[in-house]
Amino acid sequence: MDLKEYFSLVFSDYTLRTITLGTAILGAICGMLGSFAVLRKQSLLGDAISHAALPGIALAFMITGTKDTNLLLLGALVSGLIGTFWIRGIITKTHLKSDTALGLVLSLFFGFGMLLLTFIQKQPNANQAGLDKYLFGQAATLVEKDVTLMAIVTGICLVVLLLFWKEFKILLFDADYTKTLGFNTRFIDILITFFIVLAIVLGLQTVGVVLMSAMLLAPAAAARQWTNRLSVMILLAAVFGAFSGVLGTAISASQNNLSTGPVIVLVASVFVLFSFIFSPGRGVLFKQVRFWQNRRDLKLQKTLQFMFDIAKTHEDISHPHAIKILNNFQGFAKTSLKEMEEKNWVKVQGQEWSLTQDGYNAAENLYKQ
Amino acid sequence: MSTPQIEIQLIAAVVAMACAIPGVFLVLRKMALISDAISHSILPGIVIGFFLTEDLNSPWLILLAAITGVITVVLVEGIQKTGLVKEDTAIGLVFPALFSIGVILIAKNANDIHLDVDAVLLGELAFAPFDRLLIAEIDVGPKSLWVMGGILTITIGLLIAFFKELKVSTFDAGLSSALGFSPVVLHYGLMSISSVTVVGAFDAVGAVLVVALMIAPAATAYLLTSDLKKMLVLSVVFGVSSAIAGYWVAHLLDASISGSMTTVLGIVFLMVYLFAPRKGLIAVMYRQRQQRTEVSLLTFLLHLNNHTEKSERHINHLNEHINWQKVRSQTVVDLAQKNNMITVTNNIVTLTPKGKEFTDLALEYIVTNKDDKIEYMKDDFFLFRG
Repeated sequence: MDLKEYFSLVFSDYTLRTITLGTAILGAICGMLGSFAVLRKQSLLGDAISHAALPGIALAFMITGTKDTNLLLLGALVSGLIGTFWIRGIITKTHLKSDTALGLVLSLFFGFGMLLLTFIQKQPNANQAGLDKYLFGQAATLVEKDVTLMAIVTGICLVVLLLFWKEFKILLFDADYTKTLGFNTRFIDILITFFIVLAIVLGLQTVGVVLMSAMLLAPAAAARQWTNRLSVMILLAAVFGAFSGVLGTAISASQNNLSTGPVIVLVASVFVLFSFIFSPGRGVLFKQVRFWQNRRDLKLQKTLQFMFDIAKTHEDISHPHAIKILNNFQGFAKTSLKEMEEKNWVKVQGQEWSLTQDGYNAAENLYKQ
Repeated sequence: MSTPQIEIQLIAAVVAMACAIPGVFLVLRKMALISDAISHSILPGIVIGFFLTEDLNSPWLILLAAITGVITVVLVEGIQKTGLVKEDTAIGLVFPALFSIGVILIAKNANDIHLDVDAVLLGELAFAPFDRLLIAEIDVGPKSLWVMGGILTITIGLLIAFFKELKVSTFDAGLSSALGFSPVVLHYGLMSISSVTVVGAFDAVGAVLVVALMIAPAATAYLLTSDLKKMLVLSVVFGVSSAIAGYWVAHLLDASISGSMTTVLGIVFLMVYLFAPRKGLIAVMYRQRQQRTEVSLLTFLLHLNNHTEKSERHINHLNEHINWQKVRSQTVVDLAQKNNMITVTNNIVTLTPKGKEFTDLALEYIVTNKDDKIEYMKDDFFLFRG
């Protein structure tokens, strides 16, 4: 199946439609909430939480004995939240830094989860197969019920986001000010963290524990490059996320042996790379172009000042001089000279140049600044 | 104990030791998450290396994968340097992308490659003793024991040779470059060693759990000591003992060895986190409570010092005036009375000479913020011990 076929099938084929819709919604909610994670400098929280969710899934299965997605995700949510609060506990109550706390919770919970998973696998119970899909995710296992759940959660999240927009925004940019205004910062903080954890848990089934963090980060990091406004950033991140989801699903469906999760992550990474390079305000390319422009301007000004210093010792400022004496600025003189000629600051005749009144004034102006 | 059992424990202990040493420096340099990034992003390196060498324990594969690890670090730093995103975001962007490439490479070549993503991520220590190293047809032991033993020897050798340099550059990068040790060289040296260790350890314990073996022992040790040498020794001890205990837990439960090693590490860390004598949660909470009471006491004494009129010093009035709950006021009054700082007659509180002296000293300390005023009180009060 090639891409064209995919897009013609996506509206008629049940499985394709479900998966595409699922990954699109997931991308959107992750982009939205990921923006907060990135701006709050909690980028790797997603990585830690997604790993920390694993023992919850295993325990939920061990307790209930069913593989009902909602129950397993509830377990993941609880264990993700425990992980989050333990991270906080480690950071605030001990001198261990946030990176150590994140790494600890990430690896210890994951290890415990693996212990439980292997323990479950050895049990005489035929029902346990398929739990490991949460490791790497299998978008193909999405059914309509899962997508409905995602859509409902995204809806709730959107409502809460709009309801607490002002509080979220102010907490993001000035936590101390928020406190002095009398907002309950703890509550807002926990609310936003809760939703981030929720988004991560929702994505586990589709992209899995390991790649979930990229799902959360990449759209937000890409969106950040295009705007300085929070609302625009969140909107853009949601769009980038949804597009990565759809494109990733399309590419993986059009080839054999391509799991959806990694492809979605790679597509999102391409978005990031593109934004890093080509964003007009912050992008590397335009930054470099501006840098070159500034350097050229500076060189031109240096040449002009040199000319001015010579010209001002003469009575007639337009007295011609040899181009040779500009050799102090070897190599640069030629382009600068051309540009100045275009601006009508100098006149070049043969091997000699002379400053015009305009050029004289411009140079004088430079000194005045 | 059968021979494979002893060999598994030996491999586990060597891996734990080899991980714990670079782990200490990663934790101290606030780069713990780099180990997570490296452990994931070496996957494409391993896959490509496997295409070329067809042997998971080949030194070339380890070298190639380790280079991928160093490339990860370079990429993260490159992205960070553009100033477009923060360091943690840079880490979070780089390693999933590289890991995805690895997963896709494996999936696309599933027929030619006996490599399972699960195996890379989780490892299987139980199979390690079956891959033997043969020198001139003689069985000299499990291959991974030799590989990890070699890595451990190199790590220890480098640690001893560059201990002073590592110490200086970890705690004071500025001083270290002023003394002529380039922090950059040491940084990349450490990163290379970490990469090599992660690659060597991944097929024994898996990519995620190698992170646990690096960070958890070091973090546990850091809660108990602030001496670098002691921290190194402690984290090696924690790593090795958890590895061996983890093996027996796995044996008991018939579950993944690496999973139970990590779980034991987690339990050890949790215990130390709760009960460490000075930096543990309970000690910290106790200290904070004590400090709160002492601040209250000080406020209370200052209030008494400021008021001579009886109405201000009536015990019920204090309740309302300073706005404390009953229990807290009671604690504070009791504490003050126990220390002979106040006397209560007819519900009127009065400062004793000792209380007056204490209040004056404390006031002077608050005003001048000079330590010597309260030097002798430090033993009695948490508050002034910082």
